[in-house]
Amino acid sequence: MQKLWLSLMLMLGSLAMAQTGKLEIFSWWAGDEGPALQALIDLYKKRYPGVEVINATVTGGSGVNARAVLKTRMLGGDPPDSFQVHAGQELIGTWVVADRMEDLTPLFNQEGWMNRFPKGLLDLLSYKGKIYSVPVNIHRSNVMWYVPAKLREWGVQPPKTWAEFLTVCQTLKGKGLEAPLALGENWTQQHLWESVALGVLGAADYTNLWNGKLRFNDPKAVAVWNTFGRVLDCANKDASGLSWQQAVDRVLEGQAAFNIMGDWAAGYMTTTKGLKPGEGFGWAPAPGTAGVFMMLSDSFGLPKGVKNRANVLNWLRLVGSKEGQDAFNPLKGSIAARTDSDPSKYNAYLQSAMRDWRSNRIVGSLVHGAVAPESFMSQFGTVMEIYLSGRNAQAAANAAQAIANQVRLGQ
Amino acid sequence: MNWFKNKDTLYGFLVILPSLVLLGIFVYGFIFQTFYTSLTDWGRDPAQALSANPQIRFIGFENYRELFTGFVDARFRQDLVNTFFFTVFFILGCLGVGLGLAIVLDRGPRGEGFFRTIFLFPMSLSFIVTGTIWRWMLQPQGGVNQLPTLVGLPKGEFAWLTSREQVWQVSWNDLPFVTALVVSVVLVFIAIAAFRGGERRRGYIASGSAALLLLWALTLGRTLQPLPFDEMHGFNLAFIGIILAAVWQMSGYTMALYLAGLRGIPEELREAARVDGASEWQLYQRIIFPLLAPITLSAMIILGHISLKIFDLIFAMAGADNAPTDVPALLMYLTTFRANQIAKGAAIGMILLLLVAAVIVPYLYSQLKSEVRR
Repeated sequence: MQKLWLSLMLMLGSLAMAQTGKLEIFSWWAGDEGPALQALIDLYKKRYPGVEVINATVTGGSGVNARAVLKTRMLGGDPPDSFQVHAGQELIGTWVVADRMEDLTPLFNQEGWMNRFPKGLLDLLSYKGKIYSVPVNIHRSNVMWYVPAKLREWGVQPPKTWAEFLTVCQTLKGKGLEAPLALGENWTQQHLWESVALGVLGAADYTNLWNGKLRFNDPKAVAVWNTFGRVLDCANKDASGLSWQQAVDRVLEGQAAFNIMGDWAAGYMTTTKGLKPGEGFGWAPAPGTAGVFMMLSDSFGLPKGVKNRANVLNWLRLVGSKEGQDAFNPLKGSIAARTDSDPSKYNAYLQSAMRDWRSNRIVGSLVHGAVAPESFMSQFGTVMEIYLSGRNAQAAANAAQAIANQVRLGQ
Repeated sequence: MNWFKNKDTLYGFLVILPSLVLLGIFVYGFIFQTFYTSLTDWGRDPAQALSANPQIRFIGFENYRELFTGFVDARFRQDLVNTFFFTVFFILGCLGVGLGLAIVLDRGPRGEGFFRTIFLFPMSLSFIVTGTIWRWMLQPQGGVNQLPTLVGLPKGEFAWLTSREQVWQVSWNDLPFVTALVVSVVLVFIAIAAFRGGERRRGYIASGSAALLLLWALTLGRTLQPLPFDEMHGFNLAFIGIILAAVWQMSGYTMALYLAGLRGIPEELREAARVDGASEWQLYQRIIFPLLAPITLSAMIILGHISLKIFDLIFAMAGADNAPTDVPALLMYLTTFRANQIAKGAAIGMILLLLVAAVIVPYLYSQLKSEVRR
């Protein structure tokens, strides 16, 4: 009886506490993505009007600046209440292994989320059987974009494998298209690489690359670099001067036939360019990756030692809820991580992505932090440089393995 | 206690004491801390890199060894080569353009004040602004490359910031040899200057060391190979765009320095030279340029340390990830704050500090010496 009273009082206490105080949300969602975050915050304010929400946004695409600020704050002993992070190894390899995050498995059990999120996603979020962040959205990384009318004009079909892609590329070059594949700056080149790797290796071996079962200097993995090099020969030479949007523009303007980019490109084409999915632009899985959904996800975690823990838990509950995800994702141009979200709120492209999300095999993206820790990801740029300057597949593979050893990838 | 002979000295000491303490902690203390960090393995173990109480082990100069000879640190070595070429061309460009503009302005053209403002103006911008503007102009598909189309020519093809071409490639393994050659050439120059100035002893020491170094370079220096394979590094053509922007920004500053120097040369000297029958070219060659030498030196020091530390201009123009235009300062940022290799980042920082010190310390030394003489 006494125990009951105690727990009741504790509950009441935590409820009372939860309704006041502050909540600081640290993210890199500014500009186009700001309204989506605001929708979530508005929902939170409606539920907990007494809490003052501080929106601590650090601008910079893909969080390049935010992560440096976050590191300074965490090392300085001033962690934000909850911060945005790419789900998977970017969080685990950086902060979970350093014992800076709280285990959120109880929250997942309590909210009944264990069977609301696909198992492949939960595996990516877990470290030693415990879950450390709540995913708010899902983006697909292995998508090939094109303009259907243009392809009809050129008389080609979207290629199904990378070998087919290279044939189509030669056909298009024969028709006077200088660079059939549009490519952008450094990270989009790595983005292309991960789709090539998935297409060449297949989902199982691609996953093995990240858990250490397949070494980077294995002949199978070296073959990825060879294919990658031939794919690069189909791309524009001024790639590193272009943003991903400019690369998409080249496809829309008919200067290139294809672009491999994540599905934020669909958001760009529908919202900024005002095109209709399926008519103004078309999509297909990147060659050789049909049936596989290479995902990346933004998620929120709970750092140890935050000031407003109860408020953060409420925030995480909202982030993982159906209501929260359906408020956020249509605005962000992504799909909900939950499998029970409402398709009618999403456009044609996103509905097709949702169908794939529920049925496809799920693997994680390298560039967007799902499968490798930051320490590997950021040095992968150097591997890319070694390859681009010498075009030596074996040297690049050796360098990748050396870095994997150094950062203890997959251990 | 005859330091404080009178109260004024004591007050003076007390007044500067806080800044001495702050300087000691926040400059020298942190330099030492960075140096110590660079000798540890902080960041090698991802589990320790960012933990609240990281276990950090002392590993000596391992990080430095890796940077100069490790397989995956080729990028750092290319960055050092990049810095070298950037510094040389940046300083030559600024001095050349600055001196040219100063000489033209010194002859008192109409609207001198207007032009002076125009030329000095870029310096008032921050490197970030300069970088953003020049990035627009040097887009491979637009900007400068579109200029020829205005007069009906085909558009330019140069990939300003993205070119991957390299010229003047040298193998990293030849570096000990090349360095020894360069140093001995410098020593030979010092020796010649010493003999001319009548300092025989100094001359003998300098020429002796030059001979020893040459001997070493030609024998053992050829066999010393830091890497088991040849690694070629050279001047990245993508840097041309960066150098243009940097020269545009800083040449107004050297112009101002030179103009002040030129105005400081008394008219009597020029008159005297002209009376003696010196041509205009001889006047510059024999009278004016030697008098401008100290200004050249201070301009070189200031430009030199700017170019070694340069970060913001390149960050804004080409981004942090564009390897053809990478420099050690950018790599230090990436290594520390993205790859979490904190000790290695600290090591890069120390190498940068040494490079800057190599430029600044001799200058400070000569300044202090001349002040003491005065």
